[in-house]
Amino acid sequence: MQAANNPLAVTFFFVFMALTLGITYWAARRTRTTDQFFAAGGEITAWQNGWALAGDFLSAAALLGIAGIITSNGFDGLIYSIGFLVGWPIISFLIVEPLRNLGKFTFADVVAYRLRQRPVRVAAAIGTLTVILLYLIAQMVATGSLIKLLFGMPYTASVIVVGTAMLIYVIFGGMLATTWVQVIKAVLLSLGGLVLALLVLVHFDMNPLRLFAAAADKYGERVLQPGSKVAGSGWDAISLGVGLMFGTAALPHILMRAFTVPDVKEARMSILYATGIIGSFHLLVFVIGFGAMVLVGPEAVIKAGGGGNMAAPLLALTVGGNGFFGFICAVAFATMLAVVAGLTLSGVATVCHDLWVNVVRNGDAPEREQLTVARIATVAIAVLAVSLGIVFEGQNVAFMAGLAFAVAAAANFPALLLSIVWKRFTTSAAVASILVGTFSSLLLICLSPTVQVDVLGRSLAAVSQEWWFVPMKNPALISMPLSFLVAIAVSLVTQEQGAESSFREMRRRIMFGAAGAVCPER
Amino acid sequence: MLSPDKIDVRDDVSEFEAISRNKSRVAISLSAVMIAMYFGFMSMFAFAKPLMGTILAPGLSLCILLGASVIVGSFLLCLVYVVWANRFYDPAVRRIIG
Repeated sequence: MQAANNPLAVTFFFVFMALTLGITYWAARRTRTTDQFFAAGGEITAWQNGWALAGDFLSAAALLGIAGIITSNGFDGLIYSIGFLVGWPIISFLIVEPLRNLGKFTFADVVAYRLRQRPVRVAAAIGTLTVILLYLIAQMVATGSLIKLLFGMPYTASVIVVGTAMLIYVIFGGMLATTWVQVIKAVLLSLGGLVLALLVLVHFDMNPLRLFAAAADKYGERVLQPGSKVAGSGWDAISLGVGLMFGTAALPHILMRAFTVPDVKEARMSILYATGIIGSFHLLVFVIGFGAMVLVGPEAVIKAGGGGNMAAPLLALTVGGNGFFGFICAVAFATMLAVVAGLTLSGVATVCHDLWVNVVRNGDAPEREQLTVARIATVAIAVLAVSLGIVFEGQNVAFMAGLAFAVAAAANFPALLLSIVWKRFTTSAAVASILVGTFSSLLLICLSPTVQVDVLGRSLAAVSQEWWFVPMKNPALISMPLSFLVAIAVSLVTQEQGAESSFREMRRRIMFGAAGAVCPER
Repeated sequence: MLSPDKIDVRDDVSEFEAISRNKSRVAISLSAVMIAMYFGFMSMFAFAKPLMGTILAPGLSLCILLGASVIVGSFLLCLVYVVWANRFYDPAVRRIIG
């Protein structure tokens, strides 16, 4: 197909690479301390951070994947769009302010604030790295096959190019370069989405309802109605919702961005901006998906390959010509780069800040040593991501992104929330809840049709007879309440004097920040 | 809410408690609204498919209307919280720090 070696797409791609590498060179000169490396020195504005959060969060799945689902199934794609948004208000109401005022580089700072550092940090690192690796594998495999499709570059080469670019951004430019890559990508993605949606709506008197009506005329009213694409059973859909909502509120690379702004107010504002940007973008994707259904046709999209992912690029070709097609392909590429860079950086923060500094070095390591460890960890994670991307070529790993959300919801969210709100919460409870959340999610998914049928290719009829069979494709509805229960039960049977007595000091710090935490007490 | 006659009292601890309680009340109420809104929508999607498929106007089904409303509603709830926090919570906290 003509996607291969589209010269405009390649040109846009080189312009983007030149721009981001230039920014990395500039950022590298301003990245000399760990605070600059992990948090851009806390000097990012709310507005920039809002765009960067959107850039961190909107993966290629948001534009290509969801548009593809809508093109072939209609309404059901919107369930993912909504699910990706509803966690943001929860971050804003419950998480962001304590996180900003208690933490330094990772959310484990908050969980470990009143508790014993070492056990909590190790457990949090297990939860965090599981989430990040699952998400990275899903992103790398999607990236490899999409770049193959969009630019005609071989799979292995694409994965290596993405891995190398992300390595350069993170290792030299740290959070500052990563932030700007994400801001640029989010602006390009929103702009591309907006123009694409407008070019579709021009055909329908600028009225989305005319577009949906045209789709219903052509493919039946079912495209406007709930289908069975999203989840097997009703409870499965609820479970998907639990994972997406609370998983979003506990994704390590998203939470990490709370530390890049100067204060709590800016952190709060940046979540509001991100919610607006992400919400608007998903409304555009809904129009784009239906546009591709009516103007390109689901059959043509399926024929283009990539499991429906070509809906948006093909639509761009139809309504905007070759130049716009190249632009959308390049934007999709930029999107993947920005997401993997953010994921990698938060993995590096966990390895360096949680594991090296707070576990190995007992909370005290010189700046230079920390930066060296951070850079070694960056190389290690990049190499791991590229190797896993190559190993999993052609495998069905789409479920891993959803699983990453479910693990975040079950492992990170209960510990994070309880450590902020519950005085009785103890170290043993935090460790138990994080481990139970992580491993129960992994176990449940292995026993579900997601792995048994979609990955291992066994027949649903056969596995559903087994005693261990779990009918739900999404584990969060079981694993998150289980993690909460374990946390509460273990807290009630253990006692931790230090944790209880520092609860008051922690609450003051949540309100006043580090400087005001030592106000006089009666 | 803080009663105005208490602000000037040097009773830092009780004022801290009052602001903190108020803050929790707002955060928990808004979270409850958000969770009810989303899981209300998801339950209807999961268990009331025929109802959600009702066509209200050409091109508009109930599920599209409600789905778009959840997206817009999520943003509005964030906005309500941010306006409250900037107008009432931050100034109250600053009053204690002095």
